Amino acid sequence: MKAKVYVTLKKSVLDPQGKTVQHALSTMGFNEVKDVRVGKYIELELGEISKSQAEQKIKTMCEKLLANTVIEEYRYELN
Amino acid sequence: MKFGVVVFPGSNCDYDCYHVLKHVLQKDADFIWHKDRELSKYDCIVLPGGFSYGDYLRTGAIARFSPVMESVVKHAQKGKLVIGICNGFQILLESGLLPGAMLRNESLKFICRFVHLRVENTDTPFTRLAKRGEVLRIPIAHGEGNYFADAETIEKLKKNDQILVRYCDPKGSVDRAANPNGSLENIAGICNEKRNVFGLMPHPERASEAALGSTDGRKIFESIVQYA
Repeated sequence: MKAKVYVTLKKSVLDPQGKTVQHALSTMGFNEVKDVRVGKYIELELGEISKSQAEQKIKTMCEKLLANTVIEEYRYELN
Repeated sequence: MKFGVVVFPGSNCDYDCYHVLKHVLQKDADFIWHKDRELSKYDCIVLPGGFSYGDYLRTGAIARFSPVMESVVKHAQKGKLVIGICNGFQILLESGLLPGAMLRNESLKFICRFVHLRVENTDTPFTRLAKRGEVLRIPIAHGEGNYFADAETIEKLKKNDQILVRYCDPKGSVDRAANPNGSLENIAGICNEKRNVFGLMPHPERASEAALGSTDGRKIFESIVQYA
């Protein structure tokens, strides 16, 4: 089982890095870019566990370590 | 009065703190390796600045799971003193001993320079020797000091007088221009509700000797000594 975890700043939190990247893209002429959020991508190799077990564990990992839920939100894919 | 300065892999202000406590204030101080758990002989634990665990994942996120941190939480729960400076503040936020989180500086730049701080509350073990409204000149050195918390938490901090120092101009005026990193409410340092845990981004240990350009930081350490 493999988990892919995506962590980004919450919508309510200003992302200065995203803003800077957006500005650079717009300087390059990509004016259609309305917003950029820069985040983290984390891959976890989980070994042989069931999907429901994996789901439960990944949630705990995200809440306790992988994301800081004061400022960040997370989502994940399992396959 | 005994201080314990915690050393994480990547701490780099541990010796500065130890030097000020031991040689400038002439107080008893030990280094505490992050794998140690025995803190009972210490009155005040110092979490120093630096880049614990290389700031991997988020600042302070890994250090918070060091064995010593369990004991630091217990130490704080007993009402004993904890001060976290810069990365130490970030670790206190990650461990939940203080509310909120740090974002990258608004400018995205690492900022290393003297700033001015207005002391907002002197009824704490950490600021008791300062005067309310007094301006301290102490340097900052961080890339992630942009303090953030939700509106409800900010209200609570204000209501309980937990904001101990705010970024200000040399005359003590707290405004946007005096804010180096974008932190909400110009917050430079906060304490917990019980007032025994204090986290701040500026480095008082770098402003405790005249040769370094300011001795204002000593007020914070001397407050702790006087309290304990």
